Amino acid sequence: MALQELCNFQDIFQDSITTLCSSVPFGRKTGCDYVSGLPFSNRTNLFNFFTPVAEYLDESPIQFGQISTIQSSSAISSQDSILSSLAVPTSLPLASSQSVPLPFPMSHGTTTLAFMFQGGVLAAADTRSSCSGLVACPASQKILPIHSHLVGTTSGTSADCALWKRILARELRLYQLRHGRRLSTSGAAKLLSHMLHPFKGTELCVAATLCGWDGGEVDGGAKTDLSGRRETTKSQMTDLEKTSLAETKTQSSASITGGQQCSARKRVSLSGPSLCYVCSDGTRLQGALFSVGSGSPYAYSILDQGVRWGLTVDEATSIAREAVYRATHRDAYSGNCVDVYHISSKGWIRRSREDLKEEYYREKERQERRERQDVTPPE
Amino acid sequence: MISAHGFGDPGKMKEYHYTGPVEHRFSPYAFNGGTVLAVAGEDFAIVASDTRLSEGYSIHSRDSPKCYKLTDTTVIGCSGFHGDCLTLTKIIDARLKMYKHSNNKSMTSGAIAAMLSTILYGRRFFPYYVYNIIGGLDEHGKGAVYSFDPVGSYQRDTYKAGGSASAMLQPLLDNQIGFKNMEGVQHVPLTQDKAVQLVKDVFISAAERDVYTGDALRVCVITKEGINEQTIPLRKD
Repeated sequence: MALQELCNFQDIFQDSITTLCSSVPFGRKTGCDYVSGLPFSNRTNLFNFFTPVAEYLDESPIQFGQISTIQSSSAISSQDSILSSLAVPTSLPLASSQSVPLPFPMSHGTTTLAFMFQGGVLAAADTRSSCSGLVACPASQKILPIHSHLVGTTSGTSADCALWKRILARELRLYQLRHGRRLSTSGAAKLLSHMLHPFKGTELCVAATLCGWDGGEVDGGAKTDLSGRRETTKSQMTDLEKTSLAETKTQSSASITGGQQCSARKRVSLSGPSLCYVCSDGTRLQGALFSVGSGSPYAYSILDQGVRWGLTVDEATSIAREAVYRATHRDAYSGNCVDVYHISSKGWIRRSREDLKEEYYREKERQERRERQDVTPPE
Repeated sequence: MISAHGFGDPGKMKEYHYTGPVEHRFSPYAFNGGTVLAVAGEDFAIVASDTRLSEGYSIHSRDSPKCYKLTDTTVIGCSGFHGDCLTLTKIIDARLKMYKHSNNKSMTSGAIAAMLSTILYGRRFFPYYVYNIIGGLDEHGKGAVYSFDPVGSYQRDTYKAGGSASAMLQPLLDNQIGFKNMEGVQHVPLTQDKAVQLVKDVFISAAERDVYTGDALRVCVITKEGINEQTIPLRKD
């Protein structure tokens, strides 16, 4: 349903592939609503995913030709650079499935990072969108909000990331309307991973970190900076108990159950900050610190040095900014500005975009001041 | 559509000397050249394109403009593979009509941009080889420019150049319209006359240095009064 209906290509493709793809199973068939139907099914499924690539892999009506590794090597090398440091470069099988050699390069290359701390989750990313040597856009947005309490960082092909985020936002909203509560971050990660699974092996390239705050406030939880909000959220929760359905996205009935059961519970279980990494090759990981992209090794070194649970929001912001700054300094495919998003129990807040050129000049000034202090002996 | 070019670089010829046996395959794409540019002002938008249609060493036509009028407030510029440009504009026109008939109003520029993004992504695995730039007025009457990549990633800009000479023109626009990479310069808002003059100068420069750009320049100025088109001759060699 998603891709098909979005671009209205149902009729064209249904005729040509009914005979070819009738036996191609893809997607997951489960008992619940999230079923991937076969492409020619007329049910209005949630995921009636059409995989055009299956057609080209098995039998193409025109012989587009087989790909030699030499021709697609440029595609391989550009995709290699954006895979996170967690995954060994697995882009070689991706390139071999591309039936039509593309005459143009796609945008790649980035530095994004996210980590959890006591104040919630912090996500930061650079803003350079490069296209095999040319900076296609120096002011792109790589952190996309999905709903009020969930934000996703994107890495990979920008078109893929933008569209899949949109699809995920729609599915999460539908889930919330149907079930009366927001889906948790790990649930959203699972959903995204399963949506991307039919496209495994194609040149689709999405590596996202979903950063969110699950559920509502934990009563008696040790969230020191949220004490001011606790009273208001408690009163909101009791209102919700009276009116069973939550209309808005800011509260959810999971918070009610969370509130009732949670007095001795830690943040691990039902609510609080949550961070999941999802990749189009099938990886889905939950963790406390992730960095994705060609500049991620440089960012990791700064983050590993400085990130602790007890950071304040300002300290965490400056560490995130520093990490992106160092990565943009060393990585050619990252640069320009840095975006920082902070997700707390109230939702996500975006700091204004900062140009890293200013950071570079501040750094130079600090260095000069230090050198001057070293040269002149202290009195 | 015999493709004798390498696949990696659009529009660039391979070296002339013999490098070894090379396998030539049929490519469904061709590169027809051309440059498109769009600038958004306070209450106007400009979409300009050259009118040369080339392929390899030949020029197919000197009068093939790449700006297409979509609605009274939106113009799209498409460069790249001309076959895909034609089909894409036909599809957009059909979708615009469908929208008009079901919703009883014209699509806004932002809506057209979002729709084009999904149309392009629908062909993610066999893309339209077109670099699109949409210029028009948004619902508040301010100028808007939306630039796309061939698979549908888009965003709203103030100015953008696309096509064969885009790498030459974009830095010039960054400097003149965005006042970037200069220190201590007063940021003067762009007037319509100055913007049109700038577009003409920029295309004259592009025609000097890019072989696929030239012949004539078609400028469409979109204001709330309507769309005004001018044609200015460029180098024909």
